[in-house]
Amino acid sequence: MEIFKIKKDIPFMSYGRLTTSISLLTFILAIFFLAHRGLNLGVDFTGGTIIEVSYPETADLGKIRAVVDTLGHKEATVQNFGSSHDVLIRLPLKEGVTKAQLSEQVLAALTEKTPGVEMRRVELVGSQVGQELYENGALALLLVSVGIVAYLALRFEWRFAVAAIVANMHDVVIILGFFAFFQWEFNLTVLAAILAVLGYSVNESVVVFDRVRENFRKMRKASVPDVINNAITATMSRTVITHAMTQTMVCSMLLFGGEVLHNFALALTIGILFGIYSSVLVASPVAMWLGVSRANLVGSTEKKSDVEAMP
Amino acid sequence: MNRYPLWKNLLVIFALVFGLVYSLPNIFGESPAVQISSNKNTVKIEPALLDQVENALKAQNIKFDHLTLDPSGIKVRFDDTDTQLKAKDVLQKSLGDDYTVALNLLTRSPSWLASIGALPMYLGLDLRGGVHFLLQVDMKAALDKATDRYVGDFRSSLRNERVAYLGISREGQAVQIRFSQSAELEKARTIIAKESPDLTLRDSDTGTEKLLIATLNPQAQKRIQDFALKQNIQTLHNRINELGVAEPIIQQQGTDRVVVQLPGVQDTAKAKEILGRTATLEIRLVDEEKSDFSTLEAASKGQVPFGDEYFVGRNGQPILVKKSVVLTGEYITDAGPGMDQQNGESVVHVTLDGRGARIFKQVTKDNVGKRMAILLVEKGKAEVITAPVIREEIGGGRVQISGMASVQEATDVSLLLRAGALAAPMEIIEERTVGPSMGEENIKRGVHSTLWGFLAIAVFMAIYYMAFGVVSVLALAINLLFLLALLSILQATLTLPGLAAIALTLGMAIDANVLINERIREELRNGNTPQASIHAGYDRAFDTILDSNVTTFIVGLMLFSFGSGPIKGFAVVHMLGILTSMFSAVVVSRAIVNLIYGYRRKITKLAIG
Repeated sequence: MEIFKIKKDIPFMSYGRLTTSISLLTFILAIFFLAHRGLNLGVDFTGGTIIEVSYPETADLGKIRAVVDTLGHKEATVQNFGSSHDVLIRLPLKEGVTKAQLSEQVLAALTEKTPGVEMRRVELVGSQVGQELYENGALALLLVSVGIVAYLALRFEWRFAVAAIVANMHDVVIILGFFAFFQWEFNLTVLAAILAVLGYSVNESVVVFDRVRENFRKMRKASVPDVINNAITATMSRTVITHAMTQTMVCSMLLFGGEVLHNFALALTIGILFGIYSSVLVASPVAMWLGVSRANLVGSTEKKSDVEAMP
Repeated sequence: MNRYPLWKNLLVIFALVFGLVYSLPNIFGESPAVQISSNKNTVKIEPALLDQVENALKAQNIKFDHLTLDPSGIKVRFDDTDTQLKAKDVLQKSLGDDYTVALNLLTRSPSWLASIGALPMYLGLDLRGGVHFLLQVDMKAALDKATDRYVGDFRSSLRNERVAYLGISREGQAVQIRFSQSAELEKARTIIAKESPDLTLRDSDTGTEKLLIATLNPQAQKRIQDFALKQNIQTLHNRINELGVAEPIIQQQGTDRVVVQLPGVQDTAKAKEILGRTATLEIRLVDEEKSDFSTLEAASKGQVPFGDEYFVGRNGQPILVKKSVVLTGEYITDAGPGMDQQNGESVVHVTLDGRGARIFKQVTKDNVGKRMAILLVEKGKAEVITAPVIREEIGGGRVQISGMASVQEATDVSLLLRAGALAAPMEIIEERTVGPSMGEENIKRGVHSTLWGFLAIAVFMAIYYMAFGVVSVLALAINLLFLLALLSILQATLTLPGLAAIALTLGMAIDANVLINERIREELRNGNTPQASIHAGYDRAFDTILDSNVTTFIVGLMLFSFGSGPIKGFAVVHMLGILTSMFSAVVVSRAIVNLIYGYRRKITKLAIG
C-alpha cells in the first residue's frame, strides 16, 4: 500500500508567503491569549495543595465544598476529576506558610462526613519551591533551545539552526497559546511534554534538512527553491506516516492514560500537529530566506556561483 | 551484500537473550512481604532468627510462601496484604524492640534471576504509592541557637575571670556585651578570642557604653549549618526506623534541604506527624529572684522581666524561666521511660554525653536549691514539662525527668528525645503523596496506553509496508524489550511520566523504520535491484536517523540536567529509549531483513507494499 504517489515535486516554497502568514497569525493569536489570559499555572508552579479523593459512590460536590468551607478554606476549588467518583480539591497557598497537616485535616473532615473516602494523592508545593520549579523549567527550555541550535549549527549550518529553532519556538508558543486559551492546567508534566515536542519537532526539521543537503549534492542545476521542494516532497510520505504513528501513541495515552497524563498527551497532540506543519512550512522557508545555498552546505570544494539565494 | 558477518549476528542474538533475561523479572509481579532488620548495631540478624520467625508465624497459623535471609535482613513473602499486616504485628510482638519489622513488596521472580542481578524495574512513588517530602532546614534558627549558646558561655567565663560587664545579650546573630570601661572590654576580648576562635570580634562605642560585638565567622557558620543538616538527617533516619519503612530514601539536597521518600507507606498521616515533629528539649534555669507573686502577676499580663520568659506549667503554676539555655537535646545520647523508685511516678531517664554531663554537673552545683525547668519546644512553642528543685549536684550525666502525666507520655517523650532532637527546625515545603490504589491504577494506565498504541502502530505498519512493516514492528517490540531490560538493570526509577516516555519513545522510534522503508521504496522506484535497494536504503537512512536522534538526545540530556521531578523521570526513559531504538531499528531490523532476503539468489520483488 502506498498513499503518497507524487510524481511531481510540490512547489511548497511558492506557498511560502501564505504559509508564513498563517503561522504568523496563529503565532500572534497565541501570544495574544498568553498575554491576555495567561497560563493557568498548576500547583507545581504557584504553590498550594491539591488533594485527590475517591468516593465509593457519586461524590456530592456541594457537600464536599461545605466541609472544606467549614475548615476555613474559602478560596478552595472542588471539582470532579476524571469520573463522578473522583474529586480534586485545590487549596491555594496561605500567606507565606505551607502547612503539611492541612491535607490530613481535610481528609479527616471528609472521612467523618462520608466514611469510605479514599485518599488518592496529595501534592503540596511551597511558594519557594514553586518559584524554583518555574525558574528551572524556563531555564531548561532555554538551554534545550541553545543545545539544539548549537548541534544543528555544527552539523549543518547556522541558517538551518536558526530556521529550526524558529519553527520550534513557533510550536511551543502555539501550545502555550492553546493552554492559555482553554485555561487548561499547566503543570510540570505539561512542561515535560513541551520540551519533548521541542526535541520531536527538531527531529522533523533535521530529516528535511538532511534531504536538502543531499539534494544540493545531487541536483546540481536546480535552484534553491526547487531543491527544497524536492526534499520536502521526497520526505513527505515519511513525515506524515511517522507523525501519524506518534500521534497514534499519544492518542492512546489520551484515551487510556487517565487524568494525570491527560494534559501531557494534549500538549503532545497539539505539538505534533503543529510540528508537521512548522517543520515543513516554516523551517524551510525561513532557512531559504536566511540565504541557504549550495555553497554553505556542501562545502567549499563544490562552490558554485550560479546559485542565488531567494529574496 | 545483505548478509551480516557472524559476529554481528551473534551480537544481535546475545543482545536479545540479554534483553529477555533481564526484562523477565518484571512479568512475575510483586507480592506483599515483611522485612525484618536490626535496630541496633549490637544485634545481628543471624540464621537462628529465621527459625524464630518461622515458629512465630506457624504458632499463629499465618501462611507464608517464602522466607529468606540476605544482608539487608530477613524477608518473608505472603499471599495477600491482610496476612502481611497480621504477620507484621505478630512478628513485632515476638521479636521485640531490637528489630524493625517493615512492610514491603517483594518480587515473585525465581531466585536464579535475582542471583544474576535481574531485578524488576524500580518503581517510583507515583507507581507504587508512598510519600515524598522535601524538608527545608531553618538555618537561621540553627545559627540563632549557636549564638544563644555563646551568650551562656561568655557569661560564665567572664564571671570566672572576674571581668566586670554590664550585660550580655543576643542581637540577631551577634552577641553583644556591654561594658562601662574600655579596659574591661579589652580583658574580655582577650579571653573570648582565646576561648572561641570561631568568632569575629569588633567593638563600638555608644557614648555611654562600650560594646563588644561577637559574630560567627563564615567558616564557623558553614560548619554549624553543615552540622545541623547532618544531624537532622540522622534524626530523620532514627525517626523513620521507628516508623518501619522498608526502603526509605533520605538525602541531602542543596545546602539546606532534605529529601525523604517513603515508598509504600500507607499511613501517611502518621509518617507526616513523625517527620514533622520538630520537638527539641531545652533545660533552663528558673529565675528564682523574680518568682515573687507580684512579678509573676505582672508577667502574666505581659510585663515579663528582661532576660526571662513567662510560662504556665502543666500543673497550672506560672513560672518565669531564664532565656539562656543550659542544655539542649543535642547532648542527649539516650532516653527511656521508667518509674521513680520512691513514689512510683512515671519518669524519663535521660543520659547525657560527656560535655553535656560536665555542663549539667556545673550548673546543678551552682544552683542547688533552685528550680530547673525542662522545656519541650515544638514548632517554636515551648512548654514547661516539669521544673523540679535541684537537690544536689548531679554528676555522671544521668538525669531523671519527672512530671510525666502517664506511662504513655513518658514513652512518647523518651521516643522523641531518643530519636534525637533536631539541630534546627524543619518545615515540609513540598509533599507528594500517592495512595496505594492510585499507584496500581497509574501502572495500569501507563501499560494500557503503551499496549493499545503499540497494537495500532503494528496493524498499520503491517498493512502499509507488508513484510518490511512486520520487521519494523518486530524491531519495535525488541526495542521495548531492550528498554525494559535496561531500566531493570540500571534500576532507574520508573515514574508515570517515565511510562509515558516509554509510549512516546516507541511512537517516535518507529520513525527510524519508516525512514528506512521509505528509502528502500524510493531506491526501488529509481530502478535499483531489490538487494541494492535494501542496502542503499539502510545506508542512506542512517545519517538522517543519527542526526535526528542526536538532537533528541540533546534535549533529553538537558531535561535530565535541569528538569525536576516528573521531567527527570521522563528524560531518563526518553534517553535510554533513544539509545535502544537506534540499535533495534537499525541493527536488529537489518538482521531480520538480511535473514529473510540476504541468502536468496534471486529476488524479483520486495514485499514492501
